[in-house]
Amino acid sequence: MEIEKIDFNHKISAHCENGVTANLLNYYGIELSEPMVFGIGAGLFFTYLPFIKLNGAPVTSFRPMPGAIFRRINKSLGIKIFSKRFPSKPKQAMAMLDSLLQKGIPVGMVVGVYNLTYFPAPLRFHFNAHNIVAFHKKDGNYLVSDPIMENEEWISAEDLESVRFAKGTYKPKGKLYYIKEVPQQLDLKKAIKRSIKYNSIMMVKAPGPVIGVSGIRLLARYINMWPKKYDKKRAARNLGSVIRMQEEIGTGGAGFRFLYAAFLQEAAAIFNSEELETYSQLMTTIGDKWRDFAVNSARVVKNRPVNNETYYSVSQQLLEIADMEEDIFKKLFKLKLK
Amino acid sequence: MKVSEVPKDDANVLEGKTSFVQYAIDDKGHYVQEKSPGFQPQNIALEQAWEEVDENIAVAAELVERKEKSPIYFFMHREIMDAKILSEYVGISKWKVKRHFKPNIFAKLNDDILREYAVVFKLDNIDELKKFDINKWK
Repeated sequence: MEIEKIDFNHKISAHCENGVTANLLNYYGIELSEPMVFGIGAGLFFTYLPFIKLNGAPVTSFRPMPGAIFRRINKSLGIKIFSKRFPSKPKQAMAMLDSLLQKGIPVGMVVGVYNLTYFPAPLRFHFNAHNIVAFHKKDGNYLVSDPIMENEEWISAEDLESVRFAKGTYKPKGKLYYIKEVPQQLDLKKAIKRSIKYNSIMMVKAPGPVIGVSGIRLLARYINMWPKKYDKKRAARNLGSVIRMQEEIGTGGAGFRFLYAAFLQEAAAIFNSEELETYSQLMTTIGDKWRDFAVNSARVVKNRPVNNETYYSVSQQLLEIADMEEDIFKKLFKLKLK
Repeated sequence: MKVSEVPKDDANVLEGKTSFVQYAIDDKGHYVQEKSPGFQPQNIALEQAWEEVDENIAVAAELVERKEKSPIYFFMHREIMDAKILSEYVGISKWKVKRHFKPNIFAKLNDDILREYAVVFKLDNIDELKKFDINKWK
């Protein structure tokens, strides 16, 4: 069975789901930058779940649920998608992939990175919310576009099946997705307005103490407690896990604030809005604050304070960030754009 | 973050295979993409995570050597798994997997079950489990 190579344009990105979405849309003639995809997908998020442990440390997440960005952007722009999971049916999952490639359709897939052969080894933990696109099959190997990688990569059928059925938290269960239909005309302005509102709601109006700025404040309170509650090693590991979630590939944090700032800047040009440009600059400042927080936290982790950084002082930094984010998203929520 | 401030702290986290993409502002205040090999706080946090893994493997090796745990327990840690993930990969219930950590129960396991484990642990054959030699894995 000969499968023709799909003329797919691979582009590297900061975050895998943005990248897969942007590359897929691009294939169907919709050219959006990564920040635009991220912004319209309402990708900025925060949650801290003190009672759910991952590798021994409580869960901190800077990204929404896997798949949320892709879903939101398609909903906002009126793009029709198909997605399917194959619980314990790997043969079916692979057969459907082949038949789609045969029809010339590039296919998005959720995979785990632990057994992803071409991925840099130091980043291969049991992390299951990675996204890639397959666009060619030859001699039992698939050519994939992984937005984290500089170039296209080959992966064997056996390895691909194994990562599509990775085990652990958020099992991908062979999930695949593709774009069925794109509208003739895109109402970009409407999508931007809606997504800014939606993202503001997630950050400042979500109920409960774990999501958005409330979650950041909750994390701040917990960080302050760690040195009293745990031994030195455990406390340092908890803080290290926050940095990893903040800075590691596909997980967000400071990088996501800069992405959102870039989105606001692009939106400012579209709406010709000075206000949005100001918010973009403010979001850049917030991103810088997150970076400072990472630098100081890393010193606490290494136990090498330069400016008297302690758990208390980094938690204070977080509270300052929470105040700034609350302020900006409350204003963005009320913003009237024409 | 200005383009000039994009971190260039290379700790070989990406093994030269790719770069991190960052968004930063250029001289005119416009956002542009800039590549980065890494950021020191991230490198530190990642190093710490791998130290924890190595520590767990070392402890597991010691317990197996002292015959308190079976080789399955050692290989589980080597694959950065816990009993839950391992049970999902081998398709054996978690309480049974935990029983297989006991050396006396492990000794009675049949070859079919050992083969399942060997596949998950990426071992060449079940002798790596049956005639487990810690020195080979140190």
